[in-house]
Parts: sequence; C-alpha cells; structure tokens
Amino acid sequence: MPPSPETWLSVTKSGLYCEPGGFFIDPTGRQDRAVITHGHGDHARPGHARVLATPETLAIMEVRYGDKAGRERQPLGLDEPLDIGGVRVTLKPAGHVLGSAQVVLEYEGSRAVISGDFKRRRDPTCPLYEPVDCDVFVTEATFALPVFRHPDDKGEIEKLLKSQRLNPDRAHLVGVYGLGKAQRVIRLLREAGYDRPLYIHGALEKLCALYESFGIDLGPLLPATGADKETLRGELVLAPPGSANDRWSRRLPDPLVAFASGWMMVRQRARQRARQRGVELPLVLSDHADWDELIRTIDDLPSAEIWVTHGAEEALVHHATLKGRRARALSLVGRDDEEAQT
Amino acid sequence: MRRFSDLLDRLVFSPGRNAKLRLLADYFETTPDPDRGWGLAALTGGLDFRHAKPALIRGLIEARADPVLFRLSYDFVGDLAETVSLLWADPRADETGADPTHTNPTMGEIVERLRRAGKTEVPGLLTGWLDGLDPTGRWGLLKLITGALRVGVSARLARTALAALSEPVTVDDIEEVWHGLKPPYAPLFAWLDGTGPRPQPEASSFRPFMLANPLEEAALQALNPADFFAEWKWDGIRVQIAAGPDGARLYSRSGDEITGAFPDLVESLAVQAVLDGELLVVRGGEVAPFNDLQQRLNRKTVSAKMMASHPVAVRVYDLLFDGVEDLRPLPLAERRERLESLHEVMGDERFVLSELVPFASWNELAELRASARASGVEGLMIKRKDSAYVAGRPTGPWFKLKRDPLTADCVLMYAQRGHGRRSSFYSDFTFGVWREDALVPVGKAYFGFTDEELAQLDKWVRANTTERFGPVAALRPGLVVEVAFDSLHTSKRHKSGVAMRFPRIHRIRWDKPVAEADRLETLQALVEG
Repeated sequence: MPPSPETWLSVTKSGLYCEPGGFFIDPTGRQDRAVITHGHGDHARPGHARVLATPETLAIMEVRYGDKAGRERQPLGLDEPLDIGGVRVTLKPAGHVLGSAQVVLEYEGSRAVISGDFKRRRDPTCPLYEPVDCDVFVTEATFALPVFRHPDDKGEIEKLLKSQRLNPDRAHLVGVYGLGKAQRVIRLLREAGYDRPLYIHGALEKLCALYESFGIDLGPLLPATGADKETLRGELVLAPPGSANDRWSRRLPDPLVAFASGWMMVRQRARQRARQRGVELPLVLSDHADWDELIRTIDDLPSAEIWVTHGAEEALVHHATLKGRRARALSLVGRDDEEAQT
Repeated sequence: MRRFSDLLDRLVFSPGRNAKLRLLADYFETTPDPDRGWGLAALTGGLDFRHAKPALIRGLIEARADPVLFRLSYDFVGDLAETVSLLWADPRADETGADPTHTNPTMGEIVERLRRAGKTEVPGLLTGWLDGLDPTGRWGLLKLITGALRVGVSARLARTALAALSEPVTVDDIEEVWHGLKPPYAPLFAWLDGTGPRPQPEASSFRPFMLANPLEEAALQALNPADFFAEWKWDGIRVQIAAGPDGARLYSRSGDEITGAFPDLVESLAVQAVLDGELLVVRGGEVAPFNDLQQRLNRKTVSAKMMASHPVAVRVYDLLFDGVEDLRPLPLAERRERLESLHEVMGDERFVLSELVPFASWNELAELRASARASGVEGLMIKRKDSAYVAGRPTGPWFKLKRDPLTADCVLMYAQRGHGRRSSFYSDFTFGVWREDALVPVGKAYFGFTDEELAQLDKWVRANTTERFGPVAALRPGLVVEVAFDSLHTSKRHKSGVAMRFPRIHRIRWDKPVAEADRLETLQALVEG
C-alpha cells in the first residue's frame, strides 16, 4: 500500500515541506530549496537559495526581486516531470495569473496536488486550470463562502465602459493589482473592443512589458505620469489600489475610482472600502476560485482528501464533510488576508 | 427589476451629488413606464408593503440554506438582504458551471402583485421572484420591499434628476405639481416627455419656496430703505402649511411632507390657505432653542408627552393662496395686507404673524441687527415691498442679514480624507479646546478654507500625524484654527458637553501657539440653551 501523503508532506511553520524531496512549497523565510506556484508576494518570497518554478514565474520574480530572486533558478515547464530525491514533480496550469501552476507531487505511488492560488474560469492571460485527481488536494479558500459567486467578466467590463460613457468629463482610475489583475483587465477591455490607449501608473509598467514579452498583446499603453491633465479627461487609467488616496492621483481630472477585486462581490465589504478609499465603482473580477468553482473542484477530484488553507477554511471543510469527503483545515502562517493579491 | 437594482447598486457607491444625478437621470430616461414611475416612488418613499418584513425573509432563507453556511455567511456579510441575495440557491449551482438564464420580473409586476397579495401569498411570490433573479436583482428586490434603500437619495434629489429630462422644466416646476400625483406618475412622465399636458395641482397644494440671498452690510447702502420691509429671521425651520377642504398639510423646505410629526399644529387651523412661515418650539410665548425643535423633527409620529413638552408654533411670513386666488404674482405689500386680515380670522394662537420691524435707515437697521442676540432670532430679513413670490432663489428681491458669527480658536486634533475630488486630501477636521491641560473635541468642519489653504492643511497633516486609524489621522497638537459658528448649544452626545451649529474654518492661525487656544469655559459662556 502506498504511503499516505501525510507521511511525506508536512505542515511546518515555514510552510508545506516535502521530506523525501527536501523542498518547501511557497515557503516563508529563506529556504535552501523552494518550489514556487506563482509570482504573488505571499507565495513567492525573495532570498531562497534554489528556486524551481515555471519560466514565467521566474521572470516575474526577477522583475520584482532582482538579484534576490533566488541564487539558483531552475525553470520547469508545464507537464514536464522532474525527479527530486525520488519525488516526481510536475507543474500543471492553475489559471490564476501568468506562470501560475499547481504542484503535483508523486512519491511511491501516492499523489498530492498543491493548488497554490487558482480559478476555473477562462483568463486570456494564462492557460485554464486542469483538475488532477489525487490522494491529497491542498486547496486555497480565499473566497470559500457561498456568498462569493463571481459574475461573468464581460458584465463587469461593460459596467466600466458604461460608467466611462456616462462620465466623459472624468478620468476613471481603475485600481488593479500589478501582477495578473492589471493585465487581465487590459485584455478583457481589448476583447470588449476597446482599442483606445490605456494609461498606466509607473508601478505597472515593468510587469505589463513582461506579459508582452510572453506574447500577451495588451494594445497601446501610455504612461499616466506626465500626461496632461486635460488629455486624461474621459480616459481609463490603471493604477495600484490605493492610488486614489495618494498624492499621485491629483494629476487626474475629477477621478472616478473603480476597484477590480473578488472582494467587491459583497457590497457591505465593498462599501467599507468605498468609504476608506473613495471607490465609486466596484468591479467583481477575481483571480481566485469562487464558492461554486471550489466545490466543483472538490467534485472533480473524487479520490482526494481535502486540505484547506488560507481563507474561510471552516465553510469549505463543512461543505466537504457534508458531502462525505475527508477534509481538514491547515493552518499555514504567512498568507496575507484581504489585502493580498485577490 | 434588474435596471432598478443596477441603479441602487451604483447609487450605493456614488457619494457625489452630480454622480447621483447622472445615474438617476439615465435611469428615468432609459426605463419604460410604469417601471420608472414605481422606481421613482420607491426612491421618494411612496411605497409601503405591509406584509414583507425582515423576519419573513429570514424565514425563507433558513428553510433553504444549510444553517452553518448561513451563519458563516451572515457573520461575514453583516446585512440580511445582501446575505440572502448572495446565498439564495442559484440555477448555476448545477454541475454544468454554465451561466444561468435569469428571468427579470418588471417593477410593475412586482409592485402590483405585492400590493394585492394577502399575507399568506407573499412568501410564495417572493420565492418565485428570488428564484428568477440574479444576485443584484435579488438584492434590489429585498431592499425595495423592506423599504430600506439607504442609497443617499432624497426625494428632492430624485425630483431634481427628473427635471433634467425636459430642458425648460425646473425642479421647482416639478415640486409645484408633485403633491397632486400618485405612483406610478404616468401624467408626470408624459408631461416631461412632451407627450402630455402639465398636470394640474389642486389649488390648495404645496408651492415651491422663495428663498433669500445673503447680503453684506456694505452692499445695503446701494438700496433704498423705503423699498423694503424688514422682519426678524427666526431660528427654526422654514415650513409651508397648505390647508384645503380635506385638512391641512405641512411641508419642509425640501418639499417633503412632515404633517405626521405635527398633528397638534395642523388640526387647529381654521382657514383654507397656503402659508409660508417658520416652525418653532414656543413655551409660554418664549421661543426655545433650535435644539428643542430638533427633538420633534424626523419623526413619523409623535407622542402626546412630546407634544406637551415641546409645543410648536409658526411665525407666519407670507400668504400664497387664500382659498380662492393664487396670490403669488401680487406685490408683497398687497399679500401682507391680505395676510393680516386673514390672520384675524385664523383663530389659533399658534399662528403668530411675523412682525414688521420699522426702520428709517440702514444704519438704524444695522444697530437693531447687532442687538439681535435675543432668543430664537438669527438675524434680519429684508424684502422688497413690490416683490412677487417666485420659486427658487432669485437675485434682488429678498436678502438675509445674518448676525455676525461667533468664533473660537481651536486646536486641530484629527483629520480625515475626503471623498471624490478630495480623496487624496485630508479635508475633514476635528478640533478641540483646552479643558484643564488636555484637549477635548468640540466640533468638526470640512469647509471654510480655499483650495490653496486645503493643500497647506493637507501638507501640515501629513507632516504631523502621530497615528492612523484607516482614513483618519491623529495629529500632534500644533496648529490653531479660528472656527466660526452660528451658535453654541449644550449636548449630551459630545464629550465636551457643547455642540456648535454650522461650524466652518474661518482662518488658519499659523502664527498662534496652541497654548493660547480657547478654553472650554470660554465656550460654555456662549451657550444659548
């Protein structure tokens, strides 16, 4: 009988550790060996000695961390198995952001899959999530409450374009996280037929250029900093969340602040944000699986015991248990809460 | 329903008045009848569904959702209507993951059927609609039927947006016809669309107010004193009493009916007329402070005890309709004569004629104004004797001479970032005065300064923040501002025990050491009640 993943995959205070392989997955602190699921700061941290990840994720880490991106960086493409100390490591698409991958670990006939962050819906900037049945599935749970059922992307983009038509004298300041959300919103706008130049905050420039270098066409982008105030009237400006409260935003004509995030699903929460940050137009665009996607994923992996991490663990464990599945909450430290890249 | 829900959804996140007006105007323009009329009724508080209560909605969701998931969700969301709208099992929960096709019952259908439905039919109707709608639609439906819209739209704002539908029509024109209309307001929309005649209000219905402009003393000298009447400006609220064959109604300056809170007043009026006046609390002939009146405002009903302890009266300024004729086009002097003779037959001591203040020169009037710190008097009004009663705030005929404001030197204690155009500025300030050797907050102000001064204040705040609580910055005591305010009252709700009326930042005292700011005792000496 193959050994249960519990005997070779353990939860440590630095994160998940694969003992026979001698590596961590998305660890905190500085580790000797780390497999990284994707480039967001709460998963990919600087200063590890040896890093294994997709070429895209490594490139993102280099943009963000420079010479602290990891001393030795080993790229591994999707679906290319690699043996590390008797553990077969395969990366599978997670559908979260460019380069994001699930980590599939196989050891002496048993299989564990670490999802990292994932979503199930189509994203024009990365390949679709692929379910891989397994003995243990370590899932994220950012939006694991049945109130999170994110609407169709197209409708949200339409909301933004409608608001732009209604307010031709104001600049729309769209708050987006720099990695993933920014580029996805740009692609969705292009798919909706929006071909005018988009203005971007300086903090987004490098990552947008990186996406372009991986073949994702973002269309005409112009720097918002330095643009004439009058020319920005009626235009869309993308910037990191919180820029509206920043003195930077004073260059914009009467900005109408939008914010693209899965948290915008819940009005009561979004209203708090609205008061604090002046958000007038919440856009429900999430790079994480919503409730329906999470439970569909559990259904798609019939053999798996479910380990739930970072988010609303209680509700998802409750649901899985009701369905007759084995499930438990992992307490992994170091995952940011609502302010993380969602 | 979907359109109305989308409108509410957008309004919730639009703090600015202009943004709200655009959204409302867009809704009224693009939504067909009678749906837009029902939407207008919901926004102006004209709908009430007796049988649809929060307890009923809670019962519906508890019967459908897993109790643990409901509890976790409700704890997270914190609002019942929203929790239910999100949690309501959606056709999308099937295995395909495809988007469901939602039905979209019209506002008309929902309102008509709910109004006719008996108590036992309501749960079935609601369930059917909740099943068919998408989450935003469900949320809007639940907000609509429980009447708790909370989207920051006053009835007047909704009517202002209506005026945008038809170029020459103003909000005052709409207010003039408004009170004769009923949801879903088909004749009103026909008139605004240019396909129907102007609705004819009843003779004794509400008429939009005429307002005055503030005037500096220096500008008075260009005017001829003989052309004007002067009256005391009372510190209450402007009201209109419209008494017709079926009783009297009371309206506030925003055109909202407030009869319900003042049955004692309207029952006693013996004439049919439309009167303009000031509502005050008066005890034994003495006008009570504004605070006393506030106790009686914003209530739907009022207790006998409250009516006895806070008796109200009206200082009558003007007569707009005498039961037969619309007097508004007549000169003020003529309306005044008719008002005086009508007053003799009014038969109620609660309606007191506003006395004319005799004066021969502006200097004499200025002296009177300076002495006018008597209870309940806010300043003086001067009105041209030949002025017709015109809706809105025309320039020229009426002026208000306010008495000079009081001022106090206060220390900035907290600053909060503003909204919209001011999102990146600390623009809302809490200030305090000394009590022994500590500062105690006495008020908040967010205007009175120029844009340039705002930028300077913002810079100072950023350099002197000691702690942050979300959008609020606690400040090192280091800057004195001269705060102007109209009056000071005792208040149990404020730690300092005093509350300012209409505070604004008058001057920034970059030069003044904080130790020299005012003390609480100085402010307490200015309290009026």
